[in-house]
This record gives sequence, C-alpha cells and structure tokens, in this order.
Amino acid sequence: MAFIVWLSDWMIPIIIFGIIIYGLIKNVNVYEAFIEGAADGLKVVIDILPTLIGLMMAVGMLRSSGALTGISNLIKPFISWTKFPSEVVPIALMRTFSSSAATGLILDIFKNYGPDSFIGRLVSIMFGCTETIFYTLSVYFMTVKIKNSRYTLAGALLATFVGIIASYYLALWIFGV
Amino acid sequence: MLNYLWSFMIIFSIIISGFNGGMREVTASALSSAQGAVELCIKMGGIVALWMGVMRIAEKAGIINALARKMTPILDFLFPEVPRDHPARKYIATNLIANFLGLGWAATPPGLKAMTELQKLNKNKSIATHSMCMFLIVNISSVQLISINMISYRTSYGSVNPTEIIAPCIIATLFSTLTSITFAKMMYRKEK
Repeated sequence: MAFIVWLSDWMIPIIIFGIIIYGLIKNVNVYEAFIEGAADGLKVVIDILPTLIGLMMAVGMLRSSGALTGISNLIKPFISWTKFPSEVVPIALMRTFSSSAATGLILDIFKNYGPDSFIGRLVSIMFGCTETIFYTLSVYFMTVKIKNSRYTLAGALLATFVGIIASYYLALWIFGV
Repeated sequence: MLNYLWSFMIIFSIIISGFNGGMREVTASALSSAQGAVELCIKMGGIVALWMGVMRIAEKAGIINALARKMTPILDFLFPEVPRDHPARKYIATNLIANFLGLGWAATPPGLKAMTELQKLNKNKSIATHSMCMFLIVNISSVQLISINMISYRTSYGSVNPTEIIAPCIIATLFSTLTSITFAKMMYRKEK
C-alpha cells in the first residue's frame, strides 16, 4: 500500500531523471530535444482542441438535458447488486469504440464529481488500462485484409473487463469510497 | 462512427429537453462547455508539452530501439511461431515499447508493419494467425507506464494529487494484460 503511494509519487521524476541522464550519455542535446518535443506537444493540444470542443459540447448538452442521468438510472437496476457506480457504465462502453467520446464523458465526471471523488479516481484508472477495442481491431485487421479474427475480440473484451474490475477494486482498496 | 454518435448525442439532448422543459439549461451548457474546452486545452497544454519534450529526448537517445532489443525473451514466449531473425519481431517490439511509453503516434506505424510482416508468415491469408491474435490482444490490453493525458485532465480539474493514479493504473493493466496473455495461450493450446 505504502509502496503504491510511493510509486505514484516517484514515477514521473524517476522517468525524467533517467531519460535526461540517458540522453546525456548518448550525447543528445537534451535541452534542444526537449524544446522541440514541447513545441510538438503544443501542436498536439491545438489539434485535439476542435474535437474536445465538439465532444464536450455534446456531453454537456446530454448532461443538462437530463439524458445522461436518465441513462445511468436505466442501467442502475441491472448492476445495483455489484455496487459499481452506474454513471461509469456508459463511459466503459464508450471507451471500447471511441476514445474521444469517452474523454468527453470523463471530463463531465470530473466537472460534476471532481477528479478526487471515488468515481473520478475510478474513471481515471479505468481510462489508463483500457483501449478502443473496435477501432484498433478494425484498423489492424483491415490493413492486412484478415476477415476471421478468431479469438482476438474475445481476448480484447476479456482484457477490458478484467481491467475495469481491477480498477474498481484498486480504487476501493487504495482510496476508499 | 463519431459522425452518428455526435449527432445522436446533440439531437437526443435537444429532444429530451424539449419534453423536460430545460432548453435554457441545454443552451447555456452547450455554450459553457465549448468555452470550457478551450480553457482545458490551455491548462493541459503545459503538461502535454512537458511530457512530449521529455519523450523527445528519449526518442533522440534511441531508447525505443534500446528497449526493443531487450524484449527477446518476452517475444520468444509470446510469439513462438515468429522466427528470431524475422523483421516482424522488430516491429512488434517497437510497437509495444512505444505504447508502453505512451507514444501513441510512434506506435501505430510499426504496429501496422508488424501485421504486414505477420501476414507474410500466414498460410491462410484471410484467417488471423495465433501471433496476430496475441499481438493485438497484448496491444489492446494497453500496457502503459503513464497516461499523461489523464494526469493533465486531472490537474486541470483541480485534483489535489493528480499523479496518485499512476501506480493503480499500472497494477490494473498488469491484471488485464496477464489475464489476456493467459487467455491467448490457452486458445493457442486448444486449437493446436
């Protein structure tokens, strides 16, 4: 438990430390490389801005129309025996086919519950350990014209499911409700 | 995909609020959300730039290749059907390392090349091989060291400790990845 907290605190400094030392050893002009990458980072953010505007607007409308609450109320009776928060189910489903739409829903959770709430922490962990299954599979298999993907989808769904369950219990265990 | 999804979200909310009588709130929310998106991008810009700066140092120092070379024992275990000197190995390793470091844009091109190379080893071109299934399952189980986007969102929305999710994320990924590898290995044994 203490190790988990320690790891979270130390991870980023350790990576930065290691990479700069490694870069210096390999004779890279680390400062110049950093500035170059940072410029690209800003471009990345500008590039995702239109997507964020579109999706945050759509999710904001869903939230204020009461549709989002309605959807999680519809889901509630089916999962009430698990104590898994029903607000998170739409995000988990969305995550499997659109990363940006799921981001819109997650930001809505942050806005309404805060990133340090149980739900906020749960979706943070969940987002980090799941992928856009359907998109990724179709891109990769279409490139090589595979029609029968055999057990790939089952495996991917299993991975996602285990990831979600693990996120839930880790959030519960580390942070409590 | 997003074409229909996005249209549905907006049309659906307008219809619902038409019945509920909350049109003013929906308008206000559309406007303030669009504004909020710009604020968010400004706030997260610094963090994303910082991280990509550090990662650029790593790329220039050749860390992806250095780590990819150390993957041999893992690749032997995951892809016994791919010969050691086959180019598919290099691409798979590069893809997995780039994903691991969170360099999504650096992961996709070698990932697609890996699939093309694996296809060359394939006897029946329309059915996926075990190696392809394993590669995509591991890829999707999302082995990632740090999700910097999530940390920047958490910071932007005022988290007291935005990085507290790093270790839980890694542990959750460990669970999902190990389960999916076990699953793929079991399917491999079963069908062999």
